[in-house]
Amino acid sequence: MVGSNTTEQHPIIGIEMKKALRAGAALIVADPRRTELAGLAQFHLALRPGTDIALLNGMAHVILAEGLWDREFVAARTEGLEELKATVEAYPPALAAEIAGVPVESLVGAARAYAAAKPAAIFYTMGLTQHVTGHLNVLCLANLALLTGNLGKPGAGVNPLRGQNNVQGASDMGALPNVLPGYQQVHDPETRKKFEAAWGVPLPVASGITVMEMVDAIASGRLRGLYVIGENPMLTDPDLCHTREALGRAEFLVVQDLFMTETAALAQVVLPAVSFAEKDGTFTNTERRIQRIRRAIPRKGAARPDGEIICDLSARLGHPMVYRSQAEVMDEIARLTPSYRGVSYARLEGEGLQWPCPTPDHPGTPILHVTGFPRGRARLHGVNYIPPDERPDAEFPMVLTTGRVLHQYHSRTMTGRSPGLDALRPEPEVEINPQDAERLGIRSGDRVRLVSRRGMVEVNASVTERVAPGLVFLPFHYAQGAANLLTNPALDPVARIPELKVCAVRLEVPARSGRSGQACRDGGL
Amino acid sequence: MAECSVFIDGKAALVPTGTTILQAAGAVGISIPTLCHHPNLPPIGVCRLCIVDVEVGDFHKQVAACHAEVQDGMTVRTATPELERARRFALELQVADHPSECLDGETGEPCELRDLARRYGVTKRRFMEDEARYPLDESSPVVTIDLNRCILCRRCTRACSLVQGQDILWIMGRGDESRVSPALSLPLRDTACVSCGQCLAHCPTGAIRDKHPLRPPVRPEAVVTSVCPYCGCGCQLDLNVSGEQILRVTSNFDGPANRGSLCAKGRFGYHFVESPDRLTRPRIRRDGRWEEASWDEALDLVATRLREIRDRHGPDALAVLSSAKATNEENYLIQKFARAVLGTNNVDHCARL
Ligand code: SF4
Ligand code: SF4
Ligand code: FES
Repeated sequence: MVGSNTTEQHPIIGIEMKKALRAGAALIVADPRRTELAGLAQFHLALRPGTDIALLNGMAHVILAEGLWDREFVAARTEGLEELKATVEAYPPALAAEIAGVPVESLVGAARAYAAAKPAAIFYTMGLTQHVTGHLNVLCLANLALLTGNLGKPGAGVNPLRGQNNVQGASDMGALPNVLPGYQQVHDPETRKKFEAAWGVPLPVASGITVMEMVDAIASGRLRGLYVIGENPMLTDPDLCHTREALGRAEFLVVQDLFMTETAALAQVVLPAVSFAEKDGTFTNTERRIQRIRRAIPRKGAARPDGEIICDLSARLGHPMVYRSQAEVMDEIARLTPSYRGVSYARLEGEGLQWPCPTPDHPGTPILHVTGFPRGRARLHGVNYIPPDERPDAEFPMVLTTGRVLHQYHSRTMTGRSPGLDALRPEPEVEINPQDAERLGIRSGDRVRLVSRRGMVEVNASVTERVAPGLVFLPFHYAQGAANLLTNPALDPVARIPELKVCAVRLEVPARSGRSGQACRDGGL
Repeated sequence: MAECSVFIDGKAALVPTGTTILQAAGAVGISIPTLCHHPNLPPIGVCRLCIVDVEVGDFHKQVAACHAEVQDGMTVRTATPELERARRFALELQVADHPSECLDGETGEPCELRDLARRYGVTKRRFMEDEARYPLDESSPVVTIDLNRCILCRRCTRACSLVQGQDILWIMGRGDESRVSPALSLPLRDTACVSCGQCLAHCPTGAIRDKHPLRPPVRPEAVVTSVCPYCGCGCQLDLNVSGEQILRVTSNFDGPANRGSLCAKGRFGYHFVESPDRLTRPRIRRDGRWEEASWDEALDLVATRLREIRDRHGPDALAVLSSAKATNEENYLIQKFARAVLGTNNVDHCARL
């Protein structure tokens, strides 16, 4: 498990992991925090945030040096072994362990345990990817799985756990700037031709920009109109001061949501949408399983489903999109998307279907890459360690990492309105190691101030061994005590993911303050 | 796999070795009353409601159907007058110290004990003083534990330890003093309880119940299967609906990803749907003030402004942020709208955040 607090963030998968542990499975957790599963693991590698590459290269080094790799699988199904060998040569366990800040015995032990377990599965979430090296971190994990032959079989694999109910589906459907539905590239002329024929209009050629770039493009005046549907970047984006300034500058901002969110407050027009209980459709979960949701109650007031609003607006812009039902939309998706081609509402009753499902009689695909990889042989990559964008220094000597807690969710527009969940964690708390707390004279429940190069928040302290000395953890759900006032917007150059998991901060005891102290570096907010 | 041939109330069944009598009966459409048993949990055989007569060769006795496995050549009788009398007696004992408001159905909570008591014509004998023996444990933010309604079926303790793996609830004390409780009789809030509500989902009587139901509990008019709107596990759940409102969320034990399990968010996080803060009409900001508008007015304004910007600055001066909360169909339409209607590939969602 790398950078995944599974029992809090994917509780039902967490249950299965605990079951596997009770049945004798070995568990390695690489996470800077001592999460519940880390406490139950044979090896908890409490790495310094952002040192994943060094740690994983060190493990690959051990697996290669001790001959623990699967020669047959590597020969038959991969390429690039020499490149990988040459790179990880430079990461002997002692050095790798020193960079990552973990005991060398744990690193070596974990490498041996992973290689010995057959099969072994890797799970990761945003603790691995929200770094300037996010996509490289994933390649390093893939190296380990390929070296040990742990792909394409039950109980193995490199498994990202998706954080939102339909983040998989939104990606599958092409809500991404470079791909059409089914990850078909916008720059591929054949693909465009197919969609142009289906939709009856010429399509743009150049890739679009990602969510983080949108904020910058508004700030620079390149982007003028933004239509935000069911998202709240004013709490979930890094460096909120910048986000607020940029969104405030948009010539036209329209927000479609269930609630008047922090982002909606900045809009010119707000359109009321409906919840999952008021509409029909499908969600695709983290195991690529497409499942039905069904309308259970009437819509609230004049609120309408997102799809209906979009179709109405299209008609007003001279391009009517007319569907009699969501099933009909799915039929169009299936026609244009190879991995969804066999999907229809009739087939989704009951357990749903796992894509790829290429034909109407295909049973779906629970395990990928069983007989081959899309590109033929899988590539092993030599990846060198790059430190986080922002490192502690004299002015900001500590590291802040952010995440979620079990009983809250994203910007709390949903959990904050359920009395039981709200009561479970109504306010943010920053986790501080007892050593740091003692040095600063802080006790649990005290008001403390966190300052980064971008902003400042005041929140209550929770003194705990869950974090190592020098590290603090703050959940990002809260409008008051908003962790993302502090976070660093530096991006992974390929995946365009911001480094939400590492930034440099200073911890102070505020002289005396109101309950909700928070500010931007230039005093705004 | 070896198979056993059995006769249940005269019907022949061929089932794999290791099948319980209860499962075998279910396979041929015969239902046997149960109370402590739950198909999601290993059998424990404490309520004796499911007793049946079995005969194998010369051997003849009564066994608990939830617990006992079939044997080849076994003959089973599930509803002789003698068995029905024994069941009635077991229910009378259960009901004797059960709160009467509960049996009268005044609570509105679904209750398996009440349903069985009615079926067997068991009413509460009023000679026993109806006193609440136990104070409620309302320390948890999500569940209330009311031991007065507890029938000691141990479904909650098994759910907590075997399904959730949390081991919070135990049977404490002996005999008459037996009760369900966290270790050391701590209030639930002071334990490592994760508020998952698996105990509640398996409780047959409402002894463990939702602390903040949206409305006073009534029988749902409809139960609609859907998928949890929170994380990517994709847990199926049942929306219980009455009138035009969600009453509560209950477990759907057929969901392939979760088989009935839900976390605190999926089980208790649905109030937002019925929140009074829901936006119910479009709004337009004019001179810094929000005004409600009709759909025509709002969408005409959006269309005009988007068209103006596109005409003046080109389609790439526009962008759409789609949603990981929206359905596949909606995401498909949203990206189609960006590309085919606005003419830009500037469409993304929060997969990166
Ligand atoms: S809510 Fe979950 S953890 Fe708490 S007692 Fe019930 S089953 Fe156990
Ligand atoms: S019930 Fe919990 S674990 Fe299941 S999908 Fe919802 S949030 Fe995820
Ligand atoms: S259901 Fe079999 S003993 Fe309770």
